[in-house]
Amino acid sequence: MASSSASARARRQDHIATGVLTAIVAVICVALVAIVVYIVGSGAGKLFDVSFLTGKPQQFKAGGGIGPELFNSFYLLVLTLLLSLPLSLGAAIYLAEYAHEGPVTTAAKTIIETLSSLPSIVVGLFGMLFFVLQLGWGFSIMSGALALTMFNLPILTRVIQQALEAVPRDQRDAGLALGLTRWETTIHILIPSAMPAIVTGVILSAGRVFGEAAALIYTAGQSAPMLDFTNFDLSSASCPWNVWRPAETLAVHIWKINSEGVVPDLAAVSSGTAAVLMVCILAFNIIARIVGRRLERRLTAE
Amino acid sequence: MTPINQGPVSTRPATGEGDAADLRSVILETRDVTVTYGTHEALHPTSLAFAAGEVTSLIGPSGCGKSTYLRSINLMNREIEGCKVGGQVIYRGQDVNAPGVDLFELRKHIGMVFQQPNPFHKSIYENVAFAPRRHGITKKSDLDQLVEESLRAAAIWDEVKDKLSESGFALSGGQQQRLCIARTLAMHPDIVLMDEPCSALDPISTFAVEETIRSMASRGICTIIVTHNMEQAARVSDRCAFFLLGEMVETGVTAEMFANPSDQRLDDYLTGRFG
Ligand SMILES: Nc1ncnc2c1ncn2[C@@H]1O[C@H](COP(=O)(O)OP(=O)(O)OP(=O)(O)O)[C@@H](O)[C@H]1O
Ligand SMILES: [Mg+2]
Repeated sequence: MASSSASARARRQDHIATGVLTAIVAVICVALVAIVVYIVGSGAGKLFDVSFLTGKPQQFKAGGGIGPELFNSFYLLVLTLLLSLPLSLGAAIYLAEYAHEGPVTTAAKTIIETLSSLPSIVVGLFGMLFFVLQLGWGFSIMSGALALTMFNLPILTRVIQQALEAVPRDQRDAGLALGLTRWETTIHILIPSAMPAIVTGVILSAGRVFGEAAALIYTAGQSAPMLDFTNFDLSSASCPWNVWRPAETLAVHIWKINSEGVVPDLAAVSSGTAAVLMVCILAFNIIARIVGRRLERRLTAE
Repeated sequence: MTPINQGPVSTRPATGEGDAADLRSVILETRDVTVTYGTHEALHPTSLAFAAGEVTSLIGPSGCGKSTYLRSINLMNREIEGCKVGGQVIYRGQDVNAPGVDLFELRKHIGMVFQQPNPFHKSIYENVAFAPRRHGITKKSDLDQLVEESLRAAAIWDEVKDKLSESGFALSGGQQQRLCIARTLAMHPDIVLMDEPCSALDPISTFAVEETIRSMASRGICTIIVTHNMEQAARVSDRCAFFLLGEMVETGVTAEMFANPSDQRLDDYLTGRFG
């Protein structure tokens, strides 16, 4: 019968499609796992080496550490999030809840989308021209944090905007129909509902910021003065909290020692740093998933 | 200015029927209300009057403008871009579209229950207490009392009293809808608009909601309910309005209208010849 042979063919196609798709996913997973295992594996010796994790980087001798770089990476991340989170939250709320459909809103959304795919080296060069040279801030944490903010802002705005837009319309209607203002509805009803997606997005973007090198090479600079955690003189280059000092991060460190490093243990330092970076980013991703799922569960049941 | 919910209630003979004994205290009236989406007039001039303690059902085939009409009463149409409302909606003697009327104050008195149950992502307690707290009731004991009273009024107290801190989403669909009704009743509204509140519910939950509607009416709340279920309209509503293609075709006492419809189109609709 024609119909049964057609359905047999459909079933066969379905089988083939399932097989092909499974194979593609398997290849991708294997490749990714291989990269992670290789990077973490080749730097494994350094991962638990306290003198490497906290030590001073060396210019010419072997045995250098990445203490300042590790701190700088986290410090820049925190500053960047402090700058970009409120701004992108505001922009996303405006775009998702307040802006009327129209040419201006469409243009704004398009611009944000375009900016979120801007190559980070372009952001870095802009940061150098504007913050470092024009404003005369030099290679500094401030220049780097602002460059990273520019890099992060459009991505974060989109993530939050999409999270808000994914909240069903009827939640908005319910709030408004109870005589709540748009602001009350957004802050007390929509944001909590969107929280799992927002938190996941923020942590994932934090991973990208943490591993960013190109935007920082010419803004936060490529030198890491040794930090003295007892120094609270905000104008001193060894004060960790001084935002006007240059600050090389882990990712920039990898780039630098590989392109111009002369230390004898270059390969070991480089792969050790890469392993630390990788573990941090993996941790961000895992935390993002756990926190996102926790929040989700807290919101939908019990 | 007098608070909007303390305006006059006019007592006068019902429009339509000449029965002198049928005096109704009209709390809400629409005069030639029209609604336009862009250039499409989805609702042609509609005039209806609603009384306190009365349940009115809005019936008619899909797309005839029932929800559109309902949303023009609590001004939810303002939230839809490109939507324009004409004519007058008079709540306690005041045109709600007049400048100076506080939209948020108005919506406290005219509540709304939606087709899909839409509890907040909050605990059962917070679902009810949240809006009253935003509107200024902050004392814990007052809120506790309000929550219990509202949940009782929506006939769901016994089912949830031991799990008030659990999420509203952990309830069944029918319970969620009754929670949404409780949330609306917690505002002590004069008028409750319900847009097909039982369309996602099983017969038992539907029965519970209908009981709630009747008890709301006995406490003087004016309820306007959109329904596709003619038996439901017959069971719960005192009065009925039939819409067709954006036009309000016929209105009157439900029992009389269903027994002998004066408009042929209503007759056709009731006998299932279209719609
Ligand atoms: N947001 C909107 N934008 C544009 N047109 C709309 C909108 N909402 C409703 N309409 C139009 O208005 C008309 C009436 O729609 P409405 O939703 O009021 O019908 P209804 O009687 O509630 O139907 P149903 O019984 O299916 O819910 C329809 O032609 C519909 O296409
Ligand atoms: Mg409808």
